[in-house]
Amino acid sequence: MSAPTTRRIEFIAVAVIATLLIVVFPLLNSAGVISNFTLNLWGKYLCYALLAISVDLLWGYTGLLSLGQALFFSLGGYMLGMHLMRMIGDLGQYKKPIPDFLIFLGWTELPTFWKPFSSFPFAAAMVILLPGLVALLFGFLAFRSRIKGVYFSILTQALTYGGSLMFFRNDMLMGGNNGFTDYKFLLGADVRDASTQRALFIATAVTLVLVYLGCSWLSRTKLGLIQRAIRDGENRVLFSGYAAAGFKLFIFVVAALIASVGGALYVPQVGIINPSEMTPDKSLEAVVWVAVGGRGTLVGPVIGAIVVNALKSWATRAYPDLWLFFLGGMFIIVVLLLPGGIVSLPGRIKTWWARRTAASAETAAPLAS
Amino acid sequence: MITKFTQLLSVGALALGASFGTAHAAETVKVGILHSLSGTMAISETSLRDVLLFTFDEINAKGGVLGKKIEPVVVDGASNWPLFAEKAKQLLEQDKVAVTFGCWTSVSRKSVLPVYEKNNGLLFYPVQYEGEEESQNVAYTAEAVNQQATPAVDYYLAEGKKKFYLLGSDYVYPQTTNLVLLEYLLSKGVKLENIGGGFKKDESGKIISAGKYTPFGHTDYQQIVSEIKQFAASGDACVISTLNGDTNVPFFKEYAAAGLSAEKCPVVSFSISEDEFRGLPAKQLVGQLGCWTYFQSINTPANKKFVADFQAWLKTTKTPGIVKDGRVTCSPMVLSYVGVYLWKAAVEKAGSFDVDKVRAAYKSGLSFDGPGGKVTTQKNMHVTKNVFIGETKADGQFKIVKSFDNVYGEPWLKGKFKAK
Repeated sequence: MSAPTTRRIEFIAVAVIATLLIVVFPLLNSAGVISNFTLNLWGKYLCYALLAISVDLLWGYTGLLSLGQALFFSLGGYMLGMHLMRMIGDLGQYKKPIPDFLIFLGWTELPTFWKPFSSFPFAAAMVILLPGLVALLFGFLAFRSRIKGVYFSILTQALTYGGSLMFFRNDMLMGGNNGFTDYKFLLGADVRDASTQRALFIATAVTLVLVYLGCSWLSRTKLGLIQRAIRDGENRVLFSGYAAAGFKLFIFVVAALIASVGGALYVPQVGIINPSEMTPDKSLEAVVWVAVGGRGTLVGPVIGAIVVNALKSWATRAYPDLWLFFLGGMFIIVVLLLPGGIVSLPGRIKTWWARRTAASAETAAPLAS
Repeated sequence: MITKFTQLLSVGALALGASFGTAHAAETVKVGILHSLSGTMAISETSLRDVLLFTFDEINAKGGVLGKKIEPVVVDGASNWPLFAEKAKQLLEQDKVAVTFGCWTSVSRKSVLPVYEKNNGLLFYPVQYEGEEESQNVAYTAEAVNQQATPAVDYYLAEGKKKFYLLGSDYVYPQTTNLVLLEYLLSKGVKLENIGGGFKKDESGKIISAGKYTPFGHTDYQQIVSEIKQFAASGDACVISTLNGDTNVPFFKEYAAAGLSAEKCPVVSFSISEDEFRGLPAKQLVGQLGCWTYFQSINTPANKKFVADFQAWLKTTKTPGIVKDGRVTCSPMVLSYVGVYLWKAAVEKAGSFDVDKVRAAYKSGLSFDGPGGKVTTQKNMHVTKNVFIGETKADGQFKIVKSFDNVYGEPWLKGKFKAK
């Protein structure tokens, strides 16, 4: 197949899926065909898909296995969570104007750094700024010191672990182990209403489509080419006169922002953010989704995030005792038999079929002659 | 591995069979079980799943609730708090369960609370907690702080203790318990300098709370134990511990290594029950105290029957994945058991499974004679029950040394006790 045809097929597929997600599903939900529960669940999967894309952008496209993406996902969630906590107002358990967890720590007034989060634009800006700054600082130090390979993975893992330990501390005044829950309002609407959840689903779907198109465009630019060149042979890139560190830093920050926005959309849909979302195993889970879906492609992470999480949702209800064996079995099968992930399945079937027909043609040929 | 695989096959076959045999669905009532069967909390929560299934079988054998058999819907929250919220939604919106029994950690309860309030569901919560909450959608059979922590202080005061060291894991339950205990100790005339563990101050320097906190999984207790040793040198000190889970192992090891013992400075722990005891070094804990609303060693016919019936059920049950040997009963298990019977009583009084009607009946003051004695529901969704203080023995059981009858469950304690 020639490149333009593939491009056209991809474009049509994206357009169809985007219409389904952004228009058809929400309409079916308001008509009562798709239940609120199902739509909400899919909203969550799409947030996970954003996290998976951020992992793949680094791992699949740049060869940097970051195990710190859960940190950026959670930071985004925490920033919006702070605003959601302020919007509870005096409807908490204590009926006081400050969040409940501050009261059980003995506080009677709002700590200073909490004050600006009453404003939505500020919180939204922080969703971008804080994880962006953390990624910029960490990436600058890591890439300047030419940390790569397994050392980069270990460092990013330590970064997110450190983050979780910090947020677990109640003295941090970020809710400790319980984190933030019991949200009431977002932009004046009741967060728990079906219509608000539908709007959040649409916002997530739009973000996912935009991120997909953006990354797809990025991979076709010269920057995308250098990105893959870094993955395949970083020294050659250096000797060709490109400063690899700068490119890596750029991609690292972009990936952090994608994860962070995903986290911010995730929190009002699931209703809780707490430090266990930051632990390294959450990052590893996202790496597994990418591996299952197919790394180095943009569809792969999305498929992986949806398939693995849908399986998890189904199996924790259908086989609460055995679901971990299901997931484990699936990962083993993918690693052993399908290293390219689910997206490589059609191609493999095609080659298998072609080989079969070729073989049968060969065996048939002597008979015919 | 092979057995797991055959189990998988048999479960698959069962599920296939079940899908053909759902014609009698009208005669059952769906009841949710929402506990972690995998992940860090599984070790504690699986026992609650087991005892709930036992209770359902016991009730079904006697004709069910309002003539309907209980059909359990078991889901795995997997120690993952957002997943708890998802599973709660599934139970309420998809399965439409009449009631749910579930949750252990406060964070899991906080995670599902908005879901139960939004869908007007009913959750029975069985594990000691920090209070400061009173949802109309949660029936708290759990111990409130005044059914565990303050009776323990009363016991210590009667024993002539004058100095109290507060130690806990860094999360909401210890933080709130110590906040209340600080106020309670001051109200009992204990001097500020006799409260150990440090104080927390606000921006103006006013003392707002007390206690020493360590993170989950903390292992180095050397410094804290030497601080306790100094604190306890006068001989009239005790420790109130809200340390959670496996951090108790290094703490008690260090405690014994420093030459401290139950005679010199006793420790009362609120998170170690018979079930947790299975994973702890029993020898180092002998003589230390526990405080719960139930101990397996309670010597009444009702408790003996309960323990024997549960053991018999374990032997005969065909539910996959249930550990059959070395099982004990403990307070969270009994409060789960009691919860099911209180719900049954409320349903029968209301004559309906409707949550609003069941809640109204529940609030009217129902009683049930459980393994730990009489339990009575209250208007504030909590329950009145007996409180026991027990001394740990080498076999992992408790010798009851003191009991308090009919203690009212009070969730709102902060600011209740005024200093003398």
